[in-house]
Parts: sequence; structure tokens; C-alpha cells
Amino acid sequence: MIGVRCINLAKRYDDVVAVDGLSFIVNRGECFGLLGPNGAGKTTTIEILEGLLEPDAGEVEVLGLTWKQHHRELRQRLGVQLQETQLGDKLTVEETLRLFRSFYHRGRTLDELLRIVELESKRRSWVGKLSGGQKQRLAVACALAGDPDLLFLDEPTTGLDPQSRRQLWALLSHFRQQGGTILLTTHYMDEAETLCDRVAIVDHGKVIAEGPPPELIATLGAPKVVTHQGTLEDVFVALTGRHLREE
Amino acid sequence: MAGLSIDRGGARHPLIELSLGRLREFAREPEAVFWSFIFPILMSVTMALAFPGGGNKPAIVGIPQGAGAAAIREALARDPAVTVRDVPAGGEERALREGDVHLLVVPTAPPTYRFDPDRAESRVARLLVDAALKRAAGTADPWTAREEPVQLPGSRYVDWLIPGIVGLSVMGNGLWGVGFPIVQARMRNLLKRLVASPMRKREYLLAQIIGRLIVLTPEAGAPLVFGVLVLGMPIRGSIAAICLVCLVGAFSFGGLGLLLASRVRTFEAISGLMNLSTVPMWVLSGVFFSATNFPQSMQPLIQALPLTALINALRAVILEGTTLIGVARELAILAAWGLGSFATALAIFRWR
Ligand SMILES: Nc1ncnc2c1ncn2[C@@H]1O[C@H](COP(=O)(O)OP(=O)(O)O)[C@@H](O)[C@H]1O
Ligand SMILES: [Mg+2]
Repeated sequence: MIGVRCINLAKRYDDVVAVDGLSFIVNRGECFGLLGPNGAGKTTTIEILEGLLEPDAGEVEVLGLTWKQHHRELRQRLGVQLQETQLGDKLTVEETLRLFRSFYHRGRTLDELLRIVELESKRRSWVGKLSGGQKQRLAVACALAGDPDLLFLDEPTTGLDPQSRRQLWALLSHFRQQGGTILLTTHYMDEAETLCDRVAIVDHGKVIAEGPPPELIATLGAPKVVTHQGTLEDVFVALTGRHLREE
Repeated sequence: MAGLSIDRGGARHPLIELSLGRLREFAREPEAVFWSFIFPILMSVTMALAFPGGGNKPAIVGIPQGAGAAAIREALARDPAVTVRDVPAGGEERALREGDVHLLVVPTAPPTYRFDPDRAESRVARLLVDAALKRAAGTADPWTAREEPVQLPGSRYVDWLIPGIVGLSVMGNGLWGVGFPIVQARMRNLLKRLVASPMRKREYLLAQIIGRLIVLTPEAGAPLVFGVLVLGMPIRGSIAAICLVCLVGAFSFGGLGLLLASRVRTFEAISGLMNLSTVPMWVLSGVFFSATNFPQSMQPLIQALPLTALINALRAVILEGTTLIGVARELAILAAWGLGSFATALAIFRWR
């Protein structure tokens, strides 16, 4: 069963080609990562798949459905976390979650959601008073409100401290174990290696390599990796001559 | 049939949750609450102080130095409707221009009146002074009319003004209260996040207006209660009719607020649009002086403005006791603005 299929996606903004003929398939039940540096076209790609942006060319199929014909059904079955969203500062955690939950026709109870993202003790706190990690867990809770079959996450841990990142990773692994499908973007190789069954390395709007992280690392061959165990960072450097995160 | 049952996991209908959210955010913004209640009251107080009861203000007259000045002064002193104010030599023009005196009586024979005929109080002063001086010169009045002073409650300027201020408050709070949070939500990427959920777009937009309608009762009520309790303004129509007019007005301006906020993504842009659309109505719609003062050719435009319709309906209901049927035309104008704006906003709204 296929979670997401996209073929030859293309999208340009005036003079910038953001996505340049990009194709990949995400199977149901797997965690798939789009790994690439800033500006690679990850957000544009994921927003097209989320039905928020219209591609200039290419085909998109999500959970076997298309946005044109099954918009309402897809919205009910997907969970979305955007790269930069600030939820209302002056609503409490519980009020925010209740609002999002009200949009879905089925799903988890508020108590369950609060427990999953470990925000029970913060349920009456204003969103504006939460830490970065807590805000991000609330964003994920909003994405989980409708008990989605497929979760889209755009740079879920960017800017978080190590402990908050691990907390979020655990939360996402749990969703996976329950049979959920995840498509996430990241520019952290350790995040891709920890969470993803398969990754597509994206650069300049194209997929330049694709496969399970261990296989991609293995393609480097022994000689190149001498001082430490190989990483996806090495793969990216080998393919492009640049680093994922330009210092 | 089981497929039709909807489980919202303890949440209410999205329209209710969205409206409550809007209401909560407003109530948790102390400054917004303060201004939306206090501003109309402050304005009423200021206007009441600036324009105390109309006709019985004395005419203020200045007399430049010169032979015969004393005689004129003595003649005018006998008239209680005229107050003579000393004007320093050389300062006559200035006193006239600043409104310190309404009329200058230059002691020539016969006297010369210097005044600006465009000023109503100056024309009144001229008539009063002329009559007083002629009487003092021994000109017999052909007859003396019998006067019947009548004090009509509700005919004072402040009584007329308060409904105008209620209208202003409904307009301001409707436009800003709906428009600003939307632009803020767009800047925070929150609109995009919401449309990535199964939320219905029209429910979101409708909730922005509903959230305001609930706040409206105290907002519009504040200047009314102030007017009744402090200024003794009469309320001749039914409270229910007043509420309904306010609600339709708020819906109208809420819709307009949605429309103005439907595309912009900066506070500067929304402020500009709000000012552009409200300032003409502040001037034209008869808040501070009757809109009928404008030329006949402009009346169709003026009467079609939502603020004119709202204020006319409020004055009719509050001061004249008109029923809702009597203000049906105004209500229809308001509803048309509201529905038209809402539909246009829904069509052109930018969700990202
Ligand atoms: N709204 C936009 N208008 C113009 N250019 C854009 C817009 N959004 C993204 N871009 C450009 O498209 C390219 C890809 O951006 P994006 O998809 O955000 O990359 P990533 O998420 O991988 O950092 C970048 O060069 C970016 O500057
Ligand atoms: Mg991005």
C-alpha cells in the first residue's frame, strides 16, 4: 500500500526553481525523510503533497487519493505540522487542542492527546508561555488530533534543545509503532538516521540519492570513511562536495 | 448510518470553538477591552462638555476703543443674551478669528458690524446686537411676539450625538476587531495551518464575526447607558429594536472588516485600508452634524454608506421610538453590505 506517490513534481517562484522534477514513493507504515540543506525545496515539496500548494507540473497521490477529487476526505485523514506556525499565544494548550479536535469527525480524546505529548501538566497554560519544545509537541498534538493515517512534519525539531528533540523522536516512533506513516523533512542527518526507514537526499529541487540510511552510507565504500563511522552527512558531501549545514 | 455520526472527542461544533477562541483572545487582551469600552464614553463626555445645551449661550461681542464705545457698551449690558468682552487695542482681528468674540461692534454712527457671516453664532450675535442697539436708540418694536419656551427631552445636541457615537463604536470595533486578528493570524502562518486541517473556511470567517457580535452588547451598551444615566438621554424605542439594529450593524462592519483583511499581510496595510474606509464615513455619515448638510447631489452616496444607515436607524429608534419596520430600509442597506462583503471576502481570501 502506498502512502504518498509523487512523480516529476515541479514548482517555480518567479525566477527560482524550487522543485525540479522530483519523484519518490512513501509506503504505508514507513517513516520517510526528505533530507537536504536550506533552500533545497523540501518545504515546497511537502506543501504540495499537503495540498497547500499547486505544483506547476507532476502528479501527486496521497493514500491512493488525489487532492482534486478527495480534498475533504484527505484533510480528515492527514496530520500536518508546518515549518513555521505560531499558534495563538492567548489560548491555553487545552483550548487550542480542543479547537483542532473539533474539525475532525473521529480521533483521540483531549486527555489521550495531552498524555501522548506529555503536556497534561500544561493544559491550562497559555501557549505563549510554553517553551520551544512544548510548543512543538503541542503542534504535533494538533496534527495527531484526527488520529491520522499519515503525518507530514516539516523540520519538526529545528531549533530545539537535545532533550526536547529526543522527546519528540520518541513520540514519533510511538506513532510509527501504531502503524502510522510519516513523511518528514529535516536538515539534521542524525534525525534522518534515527527516525527514517528510507530517506531521499534533496538538493536544488532534485532527489540526488534515495534509500535506507545504512545502504546510502555503505555506497560510500570503506576508504572514504576512516576516522569515524560513516553518516548521511558524508553521503551528502560525497555527492555534492558541500555540507548539509553550511557553517 | 453509523458513518454519519461525528465524534469530536469532547469538543463542540467547530463554529462554536472558533467563535469562543476569538472571544477568549479578545477578553485576554486587556488593552483592547479597555479601549473598546472606554473610547466611546470618553468621546461622549468630551462632546457633551464641548457642546453644552444649544441655544442659550450668550452672544459674545467685542467693542474696539473709540468715541461712542461707552454708549454701546451700556446699551448692550442691558441685554442678558449679549456678553461684552474687552478686546485689547489692535487685537480685534485676532479675537474674531480665534472665536473669542463672535462679533465686533465698531462705534461709528451708525455702528459697523464686523463678523464672519459663515459662522452661525456670529449671525445670531449680529441680530441680537442690532435689535438691542435699535431698542436703545428708541426705535419702537412694531410688536412683541409671545414666546413659549419648550424643553424637549431628546432634542439636545448630546442626545442626538450619542447614537452617532454608538454607531462609530460599532463601526470601529467591528472593522478593527475583525480585521486585525486576521492579519495577525496570517502573519503567524496560523491561517495556513488551519486550512491544512479539515476546518471549513466559511466557518472560520463567520466565527470571526460571531466572536465580535458577542462582545458588541457591552460595547454599544456602554455609551448608551452613560447617555441615559449621566446625561439623561431618553430612550423612546424598544431595547430589543436597538439591540437588533446594533447586531445588524456589527454584522455589516464585521463583514467589511473581513473584506479589508482578506488579502493583506502587514499591520501597516490593514491600518491604511481601515483608515481609508472609515475616515470618509466619520465625515459624511452624520456622526457630529447632520448628513443632510451635504449637497443634494451627494445624498444618494451618503445614504448608501453603512455608517449613515446605522446611525439613522439608531437615531430613529432611540430618539423617535421608530419600530424595526420603520428602519427596514436602513437594515436592508446594512445587511447588503455585510452579506456582500462576506461573500467577496470568502472568494478572494488569502489563506497563506
Ligand atoms: N513564496 C516564495 N516565493 C519565492 N521564492 C520562494 C518561496 N518559497 C520558497 N522559495 C524559494 O524556493 C527555494 C526552496 O525553498 P524551500 O522549499 O522553502 O526549501 P527548504 O524547505 O528545503 O529550505 C528557495 O530558494 C526559496 O528561496
Ligand atoms: Mg523548509
